[in-house]
Amino acid sequence: MGRARIKRKSTYIDMTAMSDVTVLLLTFFMLTSTFIKKEPVNVITPASISEIKIPETDVLQIWVEPTGKIFMSLDKQPDLKAVLEKMGEEYGITFSAEQEKKFIVASTFGVPMQRMSNFLNLTLEEQDKILKTQGIPCDSTDNQFKSWVRHARSVNPDLRIAIKADADTPYAIIKNVMNSLQDLRENRYNLITSLKSVSEG
Amino acid sequence: MSAEIQDNGGKKGKQSKQKKMTVRVDFTPMVDMNMLLITFFMLCTTMIKPQTMELSMPSNDKDITDDQKSKVKASQAITLLLGDHDKLYYYEGEPNYQDYTSLKETTYQSDGLRTFLLSRNESAVRQVNELKKQKTDLKISEEEYAKQLAEIKSGKNTPTVIIKAMDGSSYENLVSALDEMLICQIGKYVITDMVEGDHFLVKNYETKGSLTKEIAMQ
Repeated sequence: MGRARIKRKSTYIDMTAMSDVTVLLLTFFMLTSTFIKKEPVNVITPASISEIKIPETDVLQIWVEPTGKIFMSLDKQPDLKAVLEKMGEEYGITFSAEQEKKFIVASTFGVPMQRMSNFLNLTLEEQDKILKTQGIPCDSTDNQFKSWVRHARSVNPDLRIAIKADADTPYAIIKNVMNSLQDLRENRYNLITSLKSVSEG
Repeated sequence: MSAEIQDNGGKKGKQSKQKKMTVRVDFTPMVDMNMLLITFFMLCTTMIKPQTMELSMPSNDKDITDDQKSKVKASQAITLLLGDHDKLYYYEGEPNYQDYTSLKETTYQSDGLRTFLLSRNESAVRQVNELKKQKTDLKISEEEYAKQLAEIKSGKNTPTVIIKAMDGSSYENLVSALDEMLICQIGKYVITDMVEGDHFLVKNYETKGSLTKEIAMQ
């Protein structure tokens, strides 16, 4: 025999098993996780030991920024539409179908009603920029916040109210929000917190 | 090559020309795509669900008569005053405007407020711990546990905590105070507004009783 023949090996790797694994992982991620919603403001919630989970649907979220700006979000699109229409009625504004559509897509709102119509005419990118500087008025002279909550409640009686406030928000602002809710006889609501263990000081 | 067809040799007999084909599909692009999708899902979704704290506030109704308002025994009342700059004061029972030492300062740390509340609510905490143990040993059902827990928390000798937050305190302070209620198994607590007397108490405490002296001088 001459020189030893080196058998040429095929470099072909069977990817079927790998594919199985990735599909499995993908399914897992799709089933267990929820999409991160676009948040109008960055809010760092205080930690608490409470382990109650927030329900996934029928939640009216109230965002409170440290400077006192208030934003709200609803999760059901028909509700959003109905609430906007009711608010329009109250403030004598009619919204076009396109404006309503934009309102529903954004799902978060926080613009005074006087500016709502103009705001909804903007593109989504422009809205994002402007929304941060706005906020729903919530003071004794012009409490639009109350109207929003009232209409949201009338549209969906099963709604749960959840307040997501920044840890550094002064109590005066929170008090204002809580008093407004109390005036509407919304005496039960949730405070959104992040989890911590009891042992922590 | 994304799919290759291999020749496995011919069959015997007549149909020797017809070759048996093994269809082998290359899964590499499929894996690539899946990996991409996984990355997408990992970045755009969250697995953490936000936690909440349930809160019931007293009704704001003006038509509630005095009989309907629940009265708190002075001996069981603890009033927490949440001050600015993370300060925390408390007094037990009726406020004592003469003696500034009736107001005590404490902290949100576990050795501050929690120690005090736990000592005040000792029997209830002990009962709850026993109950929890029974639950982990599967001696009682979930519903039974919830029922008994509510019973203990609203028991006769448990303290009632009145939380009064000053405008300068932060939301975090309020949540930590509410948290302590949960940890210390206090079922009866309420958040109300500060009254003038409470501001006086805090100022009096900060100036070590000079306000009381001033009033006495007049």
